[in-house]
Amino acid sequence: MTDVITRVNRRAKPQVPPVRRNSKERWARRAPLLPALIFAIIVTQVPFVITLVISTLQWNALRPGQRHFVGVENYGAVLTDARLRAALLNTVLLTAGAVIFSIILGLVLAILLDRKFIGRSVVRTMLITPFLVMPMAASLLWKHAIFNPAYGLINGLIGGQTDWISDYPKSAVIATLVWQWTPFMMLILLAGLQSQSEEVLEAARVDGANVWQIFRKMTIPHLRQYLELGALLGSIYLVNTFDAVFAITQGGPGTATTNLPYEIYLTTFRKFEYGEAAAAGVVVVILTIIVATFALRVISSLFRMEESR
Amino acid sequence: MTAVATGEPVATVPPARPQSAGRRRLINSVWGLVAWIVGIVFVFPVIWMVLTSFKQEQDAASNPPTWFFTPTLDQYSLVFDRNITPFLLNSLMASVFSTLLVVLLATPAAFALSLRPVEKWTDVLFFFISTKMLPIVAALLPIYLIVKSIGMLDNIWTMVILYTSMNLPLAVWMMRSFLLEVPREILEAGEVDGASLLTSIRKIILPIVSPGLAATALICFIFAWNEFFLAVNLTATNAGTAPIFLVGFISSEGLFLARLCAAATLLSLPVLIAGWVAQNKLVRGLSMGAVK
Repeated sequence: MTDVITRVNRRAKPQVPPVRRNSKERWARRAPLLPALIFAIIVTQVPFVITLVISTLQWNALRPGQRHFVGVENYGAVLTDARLRAALLNTVLLTAGAVIFSIILGLVLAILLDRKFIGRSVVRTMLITPFLVMPMAASLLWKHAIFNPAYGLINGLIGGQTDWISDYPKSAVIATLVWQWTPFMMLILLAGLQSQSEEVLEAARVDGANVWQIFRKMTIPHLRQYLELGALLGSIYLVNTFDAVFAITQGGPGTATTNLPYEIYLTTFRKFEYGEAAAAGVVVVILTIIVATFALRVISSLFRMEESR
Repeated sequence: MTAVATGEPVATVPPARPQSAGRRRLINSVWGLVAWIVGIVFVFPVIWMVLTSFKQEQDAASNPPTWFFTPTLDQYSLVFDRNITPFLLNSLMASVFSTLLVVLLATPAAFALSLRPVEKWTDVLFFFISTKMLPIVAALLPIYLIVKSIGMLDNIWTMVILYTSMNLPLAVWMMRSFLLEVPREILEAGEVDGASLLTSIRKIILPIVSPGLAATALICFIFAWNEFFLAVNLTATNAGTAPIFLVGFISSEGLFLARLCAAATLLSLPVLIAGWVAQNKLVRGLSMGAVK
């Protein structure tokens, strides 16, 4: 993990020239940092090392006597297991679906909010509210109050007896996630829209550019890094989706909505296959590192803009 | 995407043909109205949740939906009868203590990464953010085994420690972005006047960053309060936090919707308030300080 990160940010080296200081002063500077750094290393890095170790063991908690070293056998099992492959595909579909739709909706909302009207701050408060509702509460609210075939709000308003969760499980989960994450995208994109220089836009208008040209040639390129940041941060949070799957579908029907976090949870606490669960965890970490590398590149480019200001 | 784009031209004022101020105002208020309608549609599930929590179960489960009813507090008293209080207190404890710990650890660290930077401070910053990006699911098993072996399962202090590490990177990045806003000139002027480091922290830095500090604390509180994955796997009856109270509603039989809505409203309320208070700083926290 750290390897990837350091390689990425080599390019974001500080512009501050390294000043030679004696070691006492260096430690005085480091002192305020150390508690947080040590805490983070112990609590976040040690478990991953242990995960790596467990992933090389044949270890089922129901048969504790038979624990032994098997090398990369668990990885073979994980990568050839149909359930895990299905979980991987579901993770990609759920994450991509939720991120794409929440970005599109978030962009529409950000454009609507980027103009002055009466009660703008009230509307903004309303729009961020879904993000603040406890995810577990939101998932159950959608499951029972909105999707329920007998008394849910959708069937109550449009009629019919459709069982939305059984018939469209993935869409039901994605809809709930999109409702929760659109405010996040909207806030990031709104910040992007509002950071456009008003003078430059005015100059373009004076030069006779129409609204569509300004939007396509100026706003979209300006928003690009905000769109990227929203997509990547959204993916990093949403890859870990657990609450919605746990509450709405329990991964079902069949394995239609079982994503990797839920599958690993099942492997650990229902099947007690510790070795396989750890190997699956390592696979998830590797996938996340790939996404995170791009995310860090975007963050460090925003970061450099800030430094050079 | 195209819908957005084609919707936009009507929105802003076309420059070629200057319009009368009256027409411009009309267009603006039409789009304002659209924003209001979209906002209400968006927040409607929450409004529906609050409305349903004041209904009787029969009204909550009716089809077509009941719009007019005599509000009742029965569901709330039922929820309290089912002992929601310990769950609320556990969440309060886990969120408040982890937030305090986060602020105590992150503020000095952010100071050492901004105003008085250590060497390799970018590496340290990116190390912190990389810990946030690692999926928690990969750490669950070792955390579970360690916590179990030291006898700390179902203990609220375990959750305090884990939520602290979960929020630490976010707080370091956020606090750093606030500390960078302290004008260098004021700090230097203080040093020239012979102010000690402690004095300049107390008299100059803290007053300037305290709104940022408050926003950081609120955002950490929100994430700790809402956390479910670790809580459901590491707590049970003693240390169950707020979202755990809702697990029982996943596949309930019979009439329970109004009671669920009452519980959901009650459990979401602290975070709704914290989020509304911190909403101007929310985007900065969510983007790790990358977006102002």
